[in-house]
Amino acid sequence: MAGNTEPLSPRAKLAVTAGKAAAAVSRAAGRGSGSVIGGKVALRLDPDLLGALAQHLDVVLVSATNGKTTTTRLIAEALRASGPVVSNALGANMPAGITSALAGGSDAKYGVIEVDEKYLAGVARDVTPKVIALLNLSRDQLDRAAETRMLAEKWREGLQGSKAVIVANCDDPLIVWSASSSQNVVWVAAGQEWKDDAWSCPSCGGVMQRPGDDWFCGECGFRRPSPTWVLSGDHVLDPHGSAWPIHLQLPGRANKANAATSAAVAAVFGVPPQVALERMYQVQAVAGRYDVVNFQGRELRLLLAKNPAGWLETFSLIDPPPTPVILSVNARGADGTDTSWLWDVDYPRLAGHPIFVIGDRKLDLAVRLEVAGLDFRVCETLDEAVQLAPPGQIELIANYTAFQDVRRRVGN
Amino acid sequence: MSDNSLRLVWVYPDLLSTYGDQGNALVVERRARQRGLDVQRVDVRSDQPIPTSGDIYLIGGGEDRPQRLAAERLLRDGGLERAVSNGAIVFSVCAGYQILGKEFVNDQGQRQEGLGLLDVVTLRGEGERCVGDVLADIDPRLGLPQLTGFENHQGVTHLGPTAKPFARVTMGRGNGTGDGTEGAYNDTVFGTYMHGPVMARNPQIADLLLKLALDVNALPAIDDRWYEALRAERIAAATQPA
Repeated sequence: MAGNTEPLSPRAKLAVTAGKAAAAVSRAAGRGSGSVIGGKVALRLDPDLLGALAQHLDVVLVSATNGKTTTTRLIAEALRASGPVVSNALGANMPAGITSALAGGSDAKYGVIEVDEKYLAGVARDVTPKVIALLNLSRDQLDRAAETRMLAEKWREGLQGSKAVIVANCDDPLIVWSASSSQNVVWVAAGQEWKDDAWSCPSCGGVMQRPGDDWFCGECGFRRPSPTWVLSGDHVLDPHGSAWPIHLQLPGRANKANAATSAAVAAVFGVPPQVALERMYQVQAVAGRYDVVNFQGRELRLLLAKNPAGWLETFSLIDPPPTPVILSVNARGADGTDTSWLWDVDYPRLAGHPIFVIGDRKLDLAVRLEVAGLDFRVCETLDEAVQLAPPGQIELIANYTAFQDVRRRVGN
Repeated sequence: MSDNSLRLVWVYPDLLSTYGDQGNALVVERRARQRGLDVQRVDVRSDQPIPTSGDIYLIGGGEDRPQRLAAERLLRDGGLERAVSNGAIVFSVCAGYQILGKEFVNDQGQRQEGLGLLDVVTLRGEGERCVGDVLADIDPRLGLPQLTGFENHQGVTHLGPTAKPFARVTMGRGNGTGDGTEGAYNDTVFGTYMHGPVMARNPQIADLLLKLALDVNALPAIDDRWYEALRAERIAAATQPA
């Protein structure tokens, strides 16, 4: 049961106050929302603060390679049906950012927390979550991140013995491997288009067989568990087999998958799927993602895609040709500085779209598209690309810092 | 080349296609087609036999455990060695390069037997992982321009007497031995640490493989505008302070 049963210790209170002061200074200096610096100051003063702040909350953790910010928003919306929610809605998903978000929610009943993949096991130890939602794992920023299967292994070890209900995607073998060391798992058939990080069995290394939507290892018998929740087209099937329609403002199959997982999470807290899904409709854009903005008299839909799996899901949601597409790729620290992953993205799927290429690494993209045999124009700026684009709403797909650049330019 | 079509084999994409190196297969295929060649691209999964009649075999980088599995399965299969003795060309990257050597250290910290197609031995580096942009001068006998690529590896590869260094680094680490060598080659077998992918940044390497496969000295020119622009940008970026 949530509620402020145990007050924070004096040390924790001091830490929260100091953190808030640091955040205020950071904001005043024009350096972002201050949530991360505030959290860092607070954590340094009281390393147990995260656990103390979470103590009075029913905590949900959300982690994945893709979709964690959006799913965090959807779950938060759904749970608001049952009580106030505190959440790191802006995607500050490492311990400092999480601490800062929780420090702002002393009246909340629920804490819905997005966690960076690398920190999941540690945060799960600190905050004793009620539910952990695991969506997918795939290659991402391999020049600085851990190997994908190693991450799954770390999750598996970290979650072993956790008392949390794990709500996990049974269509991603790496997620199943991560989750199946836990006693209490709710499997959701949420689908996953990208399959290229799970061709070898996470358990024994055998070659994975994938007939239709099923998968199994021919050698050791590791296989897809039966789901209790299923994403089926535009509906979620709940454990009783009832189909609930998904109406979202957010586009794409991946967001339906996120909604299905969110409905399963909400059900753990007694929020019925119908209520949860209705509330999710209110989510319109998440930190600028999926927003349609007006720029130079044109409509642009802003889409974030950071890795091959993310680009694949994004290609499946854009409007068909001849809708113009602007692509922007950077390779700054937060993006990963190696652009080789562009060659794992299935760009031939853009055939027929007028394509315009911008961003720090537009020449890497140009060679990629040239080799894919696509027509494209390389532009110096977003403004130039928008001016050259033929009529119609423009789909703009960008990776992390490129997306932030675009948001700044269009004033989003 | 047996008939009029070039057989391009992409080895074990289920295990060794993690760092975008399938771009090498895409670039070789594209540049062959632009020269009017028929290309048969064969992707061979690790539960399938390696065909022995290919012209060009490409192998990419992968994570540590898949690397161990790939070496075991390639050694058991034996097809790649047979293809090389038939005169096939092999170009390998990173984990794939290490597998072609005599020995490498696997994910369990044990020395593991490689295919022995290159006279190299790879140990696990004790220092920091080699990550970042690389510039190097390719062995002048190969007649190729400056090499640009991105490295990301922990392995340190020592060359034996019959392996020639593929290149000498002017920036970056390459084989990681401290002697400035990068990659290795011997007759028709090549290994490098360069991702990027390496053929996208150095299409002349793709052309070298095509020339070797066709047994010709020159290929018709094609529009290299975007490759050249990318090369110039990456070379300039690597030599300028960030």
